[in-house]
Amino acid sequence: MAKVFERTNGLTTKPFHYCPGCTHGIIHRIVGEVLEELGVLGKAIGVAPVGCSVFAYDYFNCDMHEAAHGRAPAVATGIKRVHPDSVVFTYQGDGDLASIGTAEIVHAAHRGEKITTIFVNNAIYGMTGGQMAPTTLIGQKATTAPYGRDEDHAGKPLKVAEMLSTIDGAKFVERVSVHNPANIRKAKKAIKKAFEVQLSGEGFGIVEVLSTCPTNWGKTPTESLKWLEENMIPYYPLGNFRTPEEVE
Amino acid sequence: MGKILMKGNEAIGAAAIKAGCKYFFGYPITPQNELPEYMSRELPKVDGVFLQAESEVAAINMVYGAAGSGARVMTSSSSPGIALKQEGISYIAGAELPCVIVNIVRGGPGLGGIQPAQSDYYQATRGGGNGDYRHVVYAPSTLQETVDLVMEAFDVADQYRIPVMVIGDGMIGQMMEPVEFKEPKQRDIKPKDWATDGTKGERDPNIINSLFIDPQELEDHVFKLEKKHEIIKQNETRYEAYNVEDADVVAVAYGTTSRVVKNAIAKCEEEGIKVGLIRPITLWPFPDEAFEKISDKTKGILTVEMSTGQMIDDVKIAINGRVPVHFHGRTGGMVPNPNDIVEEIKKIAGGENNG
Repeated sequence: MAKVFERTNGLTTKPFHYCPGCTHGIIHRIVGEVLEELGVLGKAIGVAPVGCSVFAYDYFNCDMHEAAHGRAPAVATGIKRVHPDSVVFTYQGDGDLASIGTAEIVHAAHRGEKITTIFVNNAIYGMTGGQMAPTTLIGQKATTAPYGRDEDHAGKPLKVAEMLSTIDGAKFVERVSVHNPANIRKAKKAIKKAFEVQLSGEGFGIVEVLSTCPTNWGKTPTESLKWLEENMIPYYPLGNFRTPEEVE
Repeated sequence: MGKILMKGNEAIGAAAIKAGCKYFFGYPITPQNELPEYMSRELPKVDGVFLQAESEVAAINMVYGAAGSGARVMTSSSSPGIALKQEGISYIAGAELPCVIVNIVRGGPGLGGIQPAQSDYYQATRGGGNGDYRHVVYAPSTLQETVDLVMEAFDVADQYRIPVMVIGDGMIGQMMEPVEFKEPKQRDIKPKDWATDGTKGERDPNIINSLFIDPQELEDHVFKLEKKHEIIKQNETRYEAYNVEDADVVAVAYGTTSRVVKNAIAKCEEEGIKVGLIRPITLWPFPDEAFEKISDKTKGILTVEMSTGQMIDDVKIAINGRVPVHFHGRTGGMVPNPNDIVEEIKKIAGGENNG
């Protein structure tokens, strides 16, 4: 019988620790598949963040370097400058990248650092227990926004893909979602392109992936997918913001 | 190779490159700017990389990445900048990575000033970052000693997989003296088979990490680090000491201050007062053993620092109450005056102020 589906060699066999219904697992799998399909696992060096995906170093089947909160792009810069022929990626959540690490991501993009960033946006702090993120939607409740995010008090949610697409060094910027199979396929295509931009030496690439957090959103996994589609996508429109011509 | 007249900050850069440092990540701050400027000129000539980071925080994390992937890497800064780097230094120590950090100390707290100071002693020796960690701290007093120690710092960092800090003050950074670049002693440096440089499909993935969620695993890791610290204490403690055994007074000072103290000691000797000197070269590990040679009959110890008194804590621990410990310090960027030190020594020798 023909094998139609198998585990990617891009991931280790270690079971994920993620909550039921969290889409980190899907995003991990996509990244693992892409690294394997591009044949770059042997020269891939990933940088794991702080937050829910802090154990990413146990899951990707390549060399991994754990970074402090927000500093993954700086750590990746150090690695890439030492090994310019390696394939370096950061995997970061919204608290990590859009709050404490804004300077690092902006300047890595600004320098045109030849790395790839997978930015997982679930509009909340997951690991620390559901506090407000820069990406939390207006009116969305969080443990530190118990009455819902108020624009006058906390500002509007930060649109990272739009912000980074204003920076010349950011050569590939796309926002995708993983709330249904069609979008998962699009997400994989974008992540693959982002890595191809690095491989061709174009510069910095980032894919913002809209993701769910059933635990801290207080919803079931299916409700969460629906909430993402109905609430996040209208504010965080999907699509490509920047692509170098050669990759298109 | 003969002696060359060099400015301190540039001599540090030259020593680093001679020691095989290929990567430098930094951020400008006075009074150490000639060092990154030198690296930006010279590193490209040896196929190395100089990168000016967006902040000290980013710079030390670039060092963390480069060190983790197996490079000889350095950063430098001055006091408030080193304060920002402390987070990264804790991670580098936790992940057991080698790197060299230069602190050309200026006065503090806060923005402080830009003149020479030694007020970062606690920060350097106690660890400004979080957790139970240590790193080697060299405090040279001449430019020759500075280049010798910078070159050796890279080997020590690699041998023990630990960050090494070289502390100078604004004086060391800014003055000129003749230096000669000599080969450091041969050390047992193992290949960096732990580095994240790509598996090439030939080995299992390497992970650089300082996270241990299981308390038992973290305790085991911290005790393992502590064991390493003990070995470093035994093998790498350095100091200069003379006339300690039969001195009326023993002066303790490091770095630039020790040069002033030596002048004061010479003046005291002209007047018949026997003054010994202990000059720590490693601030961590602190040279406790040098204090064992001090006689119980010594009237007192005078610790001289460009701070309100930080190393004095280690002096008191080392002498453990056997001999009274006195202090003379200037701060704010003021360098101690030899005549003031002579006065303090005379008071102690004459039995004043010995309670």
